[in-house]
Amino acid sequence: MTAIRRFLSLVLVHGFLLAGAAFVLLPFVWMLVTSIKPPDEIFTATLRLWPRHFSAIENYRYALTSAPLLRFAFNGLIVCAGILLVQLLVGIPCAYALAKLRFPGRNLLFMLTLLALAIPVQVPALPLYIALAKVGLLNTYFSIMLPFFLSVFAIFLLRQFFKGFPDDIIQAARLDGMREIEIVWRIVVPSSLPAIAAFAVFSFVAHWNDLYWPLIVISDANLATPPLGMLFFSDAETGSNYGALTAAATILTAPLVVAFLLARRQFIAGITMTGVK
Amino acid sequence: MTAVALDAALRASRRRERLEKLTGMGFAFPATLLLVLTSLAPLVVLIVMSFTDYDLGNLGFKFIGLGNFAKAMGDSVFRRSLWNTFIYVAIVLPLAVGLGLVVAILVYGRKRTRAFYEIVYFLPVTSTLIAMATVWSFLLHPKLGPINALLGLVGVQPRAFLSDPALALPTLAVIGIWHLVGFNMVLFLAGLTAIPKDLYEAAAIDGCANPVDRFLKITWPMLGPTTMFVIVTTSITAFKVFDTVAVMTHGGPMGSSEVLLYSIYLEGFQYFHTAYAAALTVVFLAFLLVFSAIQAFVLDRRTHYG
Amino acid sequence: MASVTLKGIAKSFGTTEVLSNIDLDIADGEFITLVGASGCGKSTLIRIIAGLEPQSAGSVEVAGRPVDHLRPHERRVAMVFQSYALYPHMSVAANIALPLTMQRLSLFERLPLVKYVSTRRPRVMREIMHEVDSVAAQLQIQPLLARRPAQLSGGQRQRVALGRAMVRHPDVFLMDEPLSNLDARLRVHMRSELAELHARLGSTFIYVTHDQVEAMTMSDRVAMMDAGRILQLGTPSELYARPANLEVAQFIGSPAINVLPGEVADGNGIVVAGSTLPIATGLPARSRVSVGLRPESIAPRANATAGDASLRAHLRRVENLGAELVLHCVVDGLDGVVVACRVPADQDTPLNGALELSFSPRACHVFDAEGVRVADRAAPGGAR
Repeated sequence: MTAIRRFLSLVLVHGFLLAGAAFVLLPFVWMLVTSIKPPDEIFTATLRLWPRHFSAIENYRYALTSAPLLRFAFNGLIVCAGILLVQLLVGIPCAYALAKLRFPGRNLLFMLTLLALAIPVQVPALPLYIALAKVGLLNTYFSIMLPFFLSVFAIFLLRQFFKGFPDDIIQAARLDGMREIEIVWRIVVPSSLPAIAAFAVFSFVAHWNDLYWPLIVISDANLATPPLGMLFFSDAETGSNYGALTAAATILTAPLVVAFLLARRQFIAGITMTGVK
Repeated sequence: MTAVALDAALRASRRRERLEKLTGMGFAFPATLLLVLTSLAPLVVLIVMSFTDYDLGNLGFKFIGLGNFAKAMGDSVFRRSLWNTFIYVAIVLPLAVGLGLVVAILVYGRKRTRAFYEIVYFLPVTSTLIAMATVWSFLLHPKLGPINALLGLVGVQPRAFLSDPALALPTLAVIGIWHLVGFNMVLFLAGLTAIPKDLYEAAAIDGCANPVDRFLKITWPMLGPTTMFVIVTTSITAFKVFDTVAVMTHGGPMGSSEVLLYSIYLEGFQYFHTAYAAALTVVFLAFLLVFSAIQAFVLDRRTHYG
Repeated sequence: MASVTLKGIAKSFGTTEVLSNIDLDIADGEFITLVGASGCGKSTLIRIIAGLEPQSAGSVEVAGRPVDHLRPHERRVAMVFQSYALYPHMSVAANIALPLTMQRLSLFERLPLVKYVSTRRPRVMREIMHEVDSVAAQLQIQPLLARRPAQLSGGQRQRVALGRAMVRHPDVFLMDEPLSNLDARLRVHMRSELAELHARLGSTFIYVTHDQVEAMTMSDRVAMMDAGRILQLGTPSELYARPANLEVAQFIGSPAINVLPGEVADGNGIVVAGSTLPIATGLPARSRVSVGLRPESIAPRANATAGDASLRAHLRRVENLGAELVLHCVVDGLDGVVVACRVPADQDTPLNGALELSFSPRACHVFDAEGVRVADRAAPGGAR
């Protein structure tokens, strides 16, 4: 390819990609910029990007005080960590059993997990809600986490992974006197850490950003997860304080974005796991 | 082996088998319990409930057969929301998949700027959609938003994107595309990486040199399974749209952006027409099962290329 | 069919120099092998000839014309890759036909859906399939034409890759370790098939391998490479009988040549393990040299021929290869130097403990301290 043709094609390619990038980044940039602008500048309909006066502290302080944003983030942390913990505690042994052990009902169980893969949380939502209401467990951390304790996706994924684990090592461990549960946690899991880490990322992101189920079971703002908290806050502030709204949005979006920037590979591996699915 | 030793060996192996069975069942027990409690039993209850007339808070209920489903068919609100959902999927699907593919191909060839573009395009996927939806509301504001200001520069009248019944759903679709392109890009990049490089080299020697030929003869066929997978996942994700509707339009204006999940939410958790919402959920599930069946079928073909 | 000339080819990746100043003249119809260990640059060189990599310096000529500015498919070369690089989504027939469809159909006639509008296309495709058939017949893969590569065995895939190369009637066949992915028996079989193919087609074959047996058995000439340079270029016999340096001597031949350290003595001799060998080297006294002896040139002989030198050694291990034995012996006075000797299996001499190994000084290959071959008057026609 001649130099001119190469240059032109580069210009086209980067032009297109940069245009797309601008569209993609537009909300982020605007969010950050608006969150540091004073109200008078927000409400003038000009295209000025950079604020003339800085109102960052006021906006952020308002956002933080009028809504328990940090509390929302904290709730998100508790909920996601709790969910992940149980998912792993329940899912890993089950995946191992499905992959390596023979027991009655194994095939049936596997079929059922495949079926459950197709069922999103919105389907059992109604009955679960009624059940929780009857037991009086609505508006608790437990109620947010309950439907997600079982991750059929984790079981499916880890079963695939464990199947590839050499049987010889397991037999050797048994010969050495190790009990099966020890084999799972001390031998198989440590060598499956990449897959588990990728799943952890996937699970954490998915549940941090989940709205539907928390919306249904939580009405107490103190227990709200980030998306729900944002919804409460934006409903309370309908239309007026954009500075504070964008400040709140920044605060709530920041943790995941920062985590993504730090651990990009894990994130992408986690997301691509759905591709392996 | 003597008879005694043989007998002992048999007993030992039977013991081992029994131990293995017990261990297996023990390991699988918590998961099975949760599966029944949080997936299967609710599913059964849901289906049964859809044949009743139960509203939350009632003392009793009757079986009314397919009454709820008939009501849904006749309900113009439900029909509209189903239609809206399909329109939404119809807009999001080709654009989210197509743009994801184009961006992936363009980014794949970059060396120094690849990481930059990967990060940028993937950012929306990691962000909390609700928070970003709030920002989008502001971006699209008829008087204060930069998008309308930009349009004004070009001489176009400002549009009330979210208050105009004709524009609300497409606008949400654009935001949905914004949210999904990076995800699809990553999936396509993984698919592109899996194409062996020496195929392109063999093709170069065989005369397949210009970009169009390379794409038609190698890239597109080899991406086939990935493309099918992206199409199915995007369809499913688009079909489950809820967050943007809940935060930005609340189904309005005039129900023009009310989608299936939002209808279910309203019926089930605002109006508490529980049995009716259950029936709607069954319809929702039916569509999802069709999508998932396609996905399972496609995955089966994926391993075909060896 | 054409000759290939490389002039001053050099290649660097960043600051790493992979090839330095390669000059090579390949005659029309010749089977030449580039052989060497991994990383010596042989694959890079063949890819430069194909046009898949641009060289950093130097020029490539095919049939007397420079091809440096030509794209790979314009150079009239065909390549068989180590992994075969068959298009997995196409049938065997489509794989073999691809070079021809690229050549003879225009872009318009190749576009999906649109292509069915063309009236010329069916006729061209019929011609192409005819040629594919004839190539498939030559390689005996006609029953496989409708299958996909995933359904074929390694040997079958290799033939399909060959077919795809042959169908273009190229001037030059380039092969990048095509047999490495086959099991040992199949490899032996394919070696003779490739040699026969070469004889039948008469085209120029440039073959790359790390296996010295392939190089020796199939080639007209061999170029042994190391660290981006050609160490020696010659017929297999030349490389075996007169290796230009120590690396070549040690690479070619199995079991590997025995190398004994020695020192030039005053007068015309070399001292090895205490005995003096009557070999004139022309080097100053007390220079260090390496003396190479092929395993078949040294053995415990019951009746040593007059003029033979001898070494005392202890037998360490015997390898039984069926028709012959390989004796691994430790030479007295040379710690850690193990000498391998090949003897016929029906050896009369008892083999135990101490042995006296004898060899003819004329069978010695002498290399100086840098590993370069030294001319010696005792060897026949001892030119360097």
